[in-house]
Amino acid sequence: MYRFIAKRLLVAIPTLLIISVFVFSLQKLLPGDPVLAMAGEERDPQVLEFLREKYHLNDPVPYQYFYWLGSALKGDLGISLRTNQPVLELVAEKLPVTIQLAIMSMIFAFVIGVPMGILAAVKKNTIIDYLANIIALSGLSIPNFWLGIMLILLISVHLGWLPASGYEPFFSNPLRSIETMLMPSFVLGNALAATLMRHTRSAMLSVLSADYIRTARAKGLPESSVVLEHSFRNAVLPIVTLTTLLFGELLAGAVLTEQIFTIPGFGKLIVDAVFNRDYAVVQGVVICTAIGFILMNLVADVLYVLLNPRMRASL
Amino acid sequence: MKLARLLTTATAAALFALPAFAVELKIGLQDDADVLDPAQSRTFVGRIVYTAMCDKLVDVSPDLKIVPQLATEWNWSADGKALTMKLRQGVKFQDETPFNAEAVVATIERNMTLPESRRKSELSSVQKVEASGEYEVKFTLKSPDVTLLAQLSDRAGMIVSPKAAKELGAKFGDHPVCAGPFKFVERVQQDRIVLEKFQDYWNKNNVFIDKITYLPIPDSTVRLANLRSGDLDMIERLAATDAETVKSDANLVYKDVVNTGWLGIYANVGNGARADNPMGKDKRLRQAFSLAIDRDAAVQIVFEGTGVAGNQPFPPNSPWFDKDVPVQARDVEKAKALVKAAGFDRVPVEMQVPNSPVTMQMMQIIQSMVAEAGFDVSLKATEFATLLNEQTAGNYQLSRSDWSGRVDPDGNIQQFVTCGAGLNDSKYCNADVDKLLNEARQSPDDSVRKQKYDAATAILNDDLPIIFLGHQSWIWALHKNITGFVASPDGMIRLVGVKKEG
Repeated sequence: MYRFIAKRLLVAIPTLLIISVFVFSLQKLLPGDPVLAMAGEERDPQVLEFLREKYHLNDPVPYQYFYWLGSALKGDLGISLRTNQPVLELVAEKLPVTIQLAIMSMIFAFVIGVPMGILAAVKKNTIIDYLANIIALSGLSIPNFWLGIMLILLISVHLGWLPASGYEPFFSNPLRSIETMLMPSFVLGNALAATLMRHTRSAMLSVLSADYIRTARAKGLPESSVVLEHSFRNAVLPIVTLTTLLFGELLAGAVLTEQIFTIPGFGKLIVDAVFNRDYAVVQGVVICTAIGFILMNLVADVLYVLLNPRMRASL
Repeated sequence: MKLARLLTTATAAALFALPAFAVELKIGLQDDADVLDPAQSRTFVGRIVYTAMCDKLVDVSPDLKIVPQLATEWNWSADGKALTMKLRQGVKFQDETPFNAEAVVATIERNMTLPESRRKSELSSVQKVEASGEYEVKFTLKSPDVTLLAQLSDRAGMIVSPKAAKELGAKFGDHPVCAGPFKFVERVQQDRIVLEKFQDYWNKNNVFIDKITYLPIPDSTVRLANLRSGDLDMIERLAATDAETVKSDANLVYKDVVNTGWLGIYANVGNGARADNPMGKDKRLRQAFSLAIDRDAAVQIVFEGTGVAGNQPFPPNSPWFDKDVPVQARDVEKAKALVKAAGFDRVPVEMQVPNSPVTMQMMQIIQSMVAEAGFDVSLKATEFATLLNEQTAGNYQLSRSDWSGRVDPDGNIQQFVTCGAGLNDSKYCNADVDKLLNEARQSPDDSVRKQKYDAATAILNDDLPIIFLGHQSWIWALHKNITGFVASPDGMIRLVGVKKEG
C-alpha cells in the first residue's frame, strides 16, 4: 500500500512540472503588460522600467521560467505585483477559506445528492424518481450567481437570518464562520448534488439489476439491508471517485460564488490576479490547486482500494 | 460588604461592556485596495482608505478648494518657484512619533527617491524640500508649478511616520503609520481592512467613530443587498440602476455628486502605423463623429439621470469649464456634410471598448447614433489590461477610455494632449496647446490660468484628439442613522464629523 502511494506521488512530480510550464507560457501569451496594468493611471516611464527590472520582466521568457522554478523549489513562490505580499503567504491565507468552503459544499452535495439518487433508483419510474430528476436538473441548470443573489435577497435582506456576505475564519469564531458559509456552500453544493444524484442513481440501477441482489432478495433479506448493505456498498465506488474529483475541483476556487458572497478564497484571488496580470500569483495558485487535485486523485485511488477487496488483493 | 461587592461587579461589568458600545462603521468598497503605502499605491479605493488613515499637508473642500490640514497656511514666492508652508503643532503620528518639518521633508524625499515610488512624476517640479523651522517647510521648485498644491492634497502630500518608513522601507504598506484620525489594525487581502480611532489625533474631538471596516464587494447588487440587510453602514459607487431603489427605501439615504473625471474616446492621430486611418488623418471626420452623438440622451439612458453630458475635460458645473464652447446639440445634417466634405459616403472605423456592461451599452447607443451620419463602427470589446496595452502601443483607431479626475485642472488635460506626455496615447502634438497648458501651470492667478485653459479648449475642440462624452457621478448609499457625511466630487469618504446614531 505504501509503495503504491509513493509511486503515485513520484508520478505527480513530472505532472506538476508540465503544469507549471503550461501556465507560465499561457500567461505570457496573454496580451497586456503587467506593469502597465499595475500602473493604472500612474504611468511614470522610470517607475515602469524599474518594476520591469525588479520582476525580471525584461529577461527572455525561458529564463523567467527557470528563475521562477529555482525560487519555487526553495519554497519562494515570488511576490504579488499588486500588493507586494509573498505569494506563499497569500496562498496560506486563502487555502483554509477554500478548504472550508469545499468541505461544507461537499457535505451539502452529499446529504442532498446521495439519498436522492438511492431513492430515485429504488423507486425507479415512479413519481419520486421523476421528482428527484426534476430537482437535480434544476440544481444543474440554475446559474450559481442567480441563485446566490436570490438567496441573499430572500434570506439576508428580507428575513435577516444570515449575513449577506463576508467571511470569518473558522478558528476565530466557528459559529459565525459556519453562518457566513452556509449560503455559499449551499449554492455550490446544490449544483454538485445534481451531478452526484445522477451518478448515484445510475450506479444503483446497474447494481440493483445484478444477480446477487436477486439472490439476496430471494434469501428473504429485508429491503433496507438489500439496498444499503448489498447494493450501495457496490455502487459506492464510482460515487467515491466522483466525489473526490468534485472536491479537487472545488479546491481551485469557485469564482462566481466567491465573488457574490465576497469570500476571500482562491477563486477571487486568481481572477483578480489574471485581470492585473499578476503572474506570480496566478502561477502560485495554479500550482497549489494542481497539488490539491493530484492529492485528491490519490485519495480516490486509496479509498478505491480500501473499499474494494478485489483491488486490495491485486496490490 | 454586599453593596461593595455589588458595586465592584457593576463597575467591572460596565468596563467589560464598554467595547460593546464602540461605534463601528462598515463600508462596502467596489474593489480591494492595492499596497497600503501612499508612496506606492495607485488605486482609487486605496485613496478612500488613506482618507481615514493618513492626513495630508492640505485637503480639498467639497467645492474643490485647497484647505488646511497638516499645513495651516502657505504662500508662494513672487517668482512662483518657492512654496513655504507653516505646519500644525502638537500633531502626533499613530506610533506617537511627533510630527514636524523633519517628518515632512523625510516623506517628500521618500516619495521622490524610493525606487518603487509612484509619486515621482507628481513631484517632478520639486528641486528640493527643506525644514526652514521646526514647524515650517520650504519647497524649492525647478520651475513655477502651481499644481503642486493639488498634488500635496493627495497621496504625494500624505505625511508618514519617519520612524516606521525607515524601519519598513518598501514594505511600509504591511503596517502603514500616518497622522490621520484612524490607525491601521489589520488587513486580509480581498476580505477586509480594519482601522480604529487614533486616540491622540489632533482633531480627535470631531471623530465619533471608533472602528472602521472596509469590505471589498465588487458586485454592486450584492453591495446594496449587504447595506439593506444591515451588514454594511455605507457603500460607495452604487450602480446608477439602483438609485431609485435606494431613494425609495425609508431606511437609506442617497447621495451623489458629479465627479471630477471624464468619459472619452481617444482617436489615434499619431500613434504608430494604425494612425493612418481616415478618422486619425482628417479632423473633419472626428468633428462629424462628435456632432452625430446626442450626449445628453446617451448619458441619461446609461446613467439613469445621474451623469452629465460634456465636451471638455472639466464638467459643465466646474469653474474651469469654458462656457464659450458649450456642449453641442446633435446635428446629423452638419455631420453628414462634414463626412461628404472629407470625401466619404460611409466611414468604416474600429473602436475598442472595455468589456464592462455599462460601457458597452453606452457605446452601442453611440454606435447607432453615428451610423446615421455615415460611420460604420465596429465595437471591439476588450478586457481592460489588454485595452490599456493596445492603447499605449497605438494598436487602435478609436479607444474608449476614462479618467478618474484630479482636483487641479492641469491633472485632467495636460498629460493627455501635450507632445510626448505620459498619458498621451493619441500622440497628438500641437505646439500652441503645449505652450498654453504649460503656461497655465505656472501662474498662481486663477483668472490667468482660466484664459489659457479656455484657449487650449478651443483648439482641442477643433482638433479632437479626444472626443469627450460626459461626466459620471459618484453615488453613495448609507443608512439613515449615519449623519455628517458630505459627498465630495473627488469621491473620497471623509469620516471626521461623521456620526452613527443608535
